[in-house]
Amino acid sequence: MRSGEFHTSYRADMAIFDTARARHVLAVFLVVLFAVPLVGSSYWLDVLNRAAIAVIAATGLNILTGFTGQISLGNAAFLAIGAYSTAYLAAHGVPFVVVIPAAGILTALAGMVFGVPSLRLKGLYLAMATLAAHFIVEFTVTHWDSVTGGVNGTSVPAPSVFGFVLANDRALAFLILPVCILHLWFAKNLFRTRVGKAFVAIRDQDISAEVMGVQVFRFKVLAFGVSSFYVGVAGSLLAYHARIISPENFPLSLAIDQLGMIIIGGLGSVLGSILGAVFLTLLPEVLRLLTSALSGQFPALVQLFAPLKLGVFGITIVLFLIFEPDGLAARWRRIRNYFRLYPFSY
Amino acid sequence: MEFFLQVLLNGLVVGSIYSLVALGFVIIFKSSGILNFAQGEFLLLGAYVFLAISSAHAPIGAALLLTFAFSAVLGIVLERLVLRPLIGEPIISVIMVTLGLSSVLRAVVQGIWGTDTRPLPSVFSLDPIQLGPLPIARGYLYSAGCVAVLLVVLTLFFKYARPGIAMRATADSQQVALSMGISVRRIFALSWSIAAVVSAVGGILLATMRGGVDGSLAILGLKVLPAVIVGGLDSIGGAILGGLLIGVLENLSGGYLDPVFGGGVKEVAPFVALVLILMVRPYGLFGKVRIERV
Repeated sequence: MRSGEFHTSYRADMAIFDTARARHVLAVFLVVLFAVPLVGSSYWLDVLNRAAIAVIAATGLNILTGFTGQISLGNAAFLAIGAYSTAYLAAHGVPFVVVIPAAGILTALAGMVFGVPSLRLKGLYLAMATLAAHFIVEFTVTHWDSVTGGVNGTSVPAPSVFGFVLANDRALAFLILPVCILHLWFAKNLFRTRVGKAFVAIRDQDISAEVMGVQVFRFKVLAFGVSSFYVGVAGSLLAYHARIISPENFPLSLAIDQLGMIIIGGLGSVLGSILGAVFLTLLPEVLRLLTSALSGQFPALVQLFAPLKLGVFGITIVLFLIFEPDGLAARWRRIRNYFRLYPFSY
Repeated sequence: MEFFLQVLLNGLVVGSIYSLVALGFVIIFKSSGILNFAQGEFLLLGAYVFLAISSAHAPIGAALLLTFAFSAVLGIVLERLVLRPLIGEPIISVIMVTLGLSSVLRAVVQGIWGTDTRPLPSVFSLDPIQLGPLPIARGYLYSAGCVAVLLVVLTLFFKYARPGIAMRATADSQQVALSMGISVRRIFALSWSIAAVVSAVGGILLATMRGGVDGSLAILGLKVLPAVIVGGLDSIGGAILGGLLIGVLENLSGGYLDPVFGGGVKEVAPFVALVLILMVRPYGLFGKVRIERV
């Protein structure tokens, strides 16, 4: 019986699937995932779609914050840019096959503009700059009535392809899930290329990276671009999913939620973005189920739901940071290694 | 001209509140290098605790003292339980933990006191005072007075008092401070409790001026960030000047540009200033310039 995996070549070390079993498990998971929309209730399909959108956005943020080390509090603003470009383009009759990448590209451009301060700023100060970006975008969205509809918001027509309208969550799932998987696949591969490794080098020590010949500024702006593309696509899907968007859909707490996702999932890990996004999307739903189940005994619980949600979110983040700073992905890796090394796991 | 003066004066008095809150940020940052995103919630909690104590028919003075004591203990406890395990962790973790903390504190406040605006017993009368031709709300004068007193007290504290000097030493280099026999942990706890008390003062003043306390008070914690950055994250004088500057800027831009854009300029102008100052002088007007080494 073999205990553990031993890579004997660089190629094997860099492979996405380190064992054949991982590949099989993923295949089964994908089959199950695509079977869910066929059988799920509309409530859980809504949750599934929101989770998949959150996964794309969290992966985008993780590329910037987790892999490149540039802290961004502007994710809600980038989501808004993606969503509003979608609303604008879709209202002018552009098909969604064009709208979604276009929203991504527009957001990527905006992200690169906001990435320019990263030339001089890092850490805390960059967080401040992106926070300012959030408020500036929010102001623009609220006041540019002719495009965004101002505080009242604007509606988005349902996406359609060959006359087939994707009007409900079931149909949308077959749009959102493949887009999500495509982006995850790209992210996973990105970090096996020169560009991805340059990102990681900048995170680990930017001055050293510069000395080693990485053009730090160019790659920082590129990281903002790639990350914002992801977030823009997520915003676009969000718009198609919500159908009506207004500035209230993109509060600062949304940006904090997404930072929470990558903290809980694991910084610098694609798997972490998935786990964290799914975890934080399911958390309020589980809480909702619990409170409605217990509301018979404790009627006051219904009123307490909003603060409860907020508090549980905060406590989860604090506890993860203190006890599991590497997130769910690290925990998963540890569990997997335990079984892989069995019976010699220490 | 009268409009300009009125707007300017409003800016100064609002700015004095910003200065007060900015002080809290600077005190924590100066000693521990942490930017506390939960500062707004300290404000909120201070105001609510004062409300709770004074509605139990405690005299105002006693209620104030109890609130300050509560805030001091809160600061120490949070530092001990939440921030200390994260010493030496990457900056994103520290930012996130204060953001998480702010969610928890807001949830506690919402859970206990709900979301309705609660009237606060008046610490001072609300009739405006005439300053030449311009009316000025009394609360702002008190806050300006508080800021002046705190400025003097804190400057003296950092210059002459032993704990104050120890705090500066810690800010300069934690290792050297440790080897000189300074308890860095105690310094961190001290700075958090001072910041919490200063925030509670701000919270009570602001809530009294607004005529009540509700969750929106916590937004000030974010609105003050431009003031802190403009002044320089580690400068007490800078925080106060930054607060005043941002207050004036906010009111001037609001007063003159709101008709053009249809409102809301007030909210965004400080952040535009923040971006500009970050581009030109990231360490702010009076902050210490950092030199980077590998």
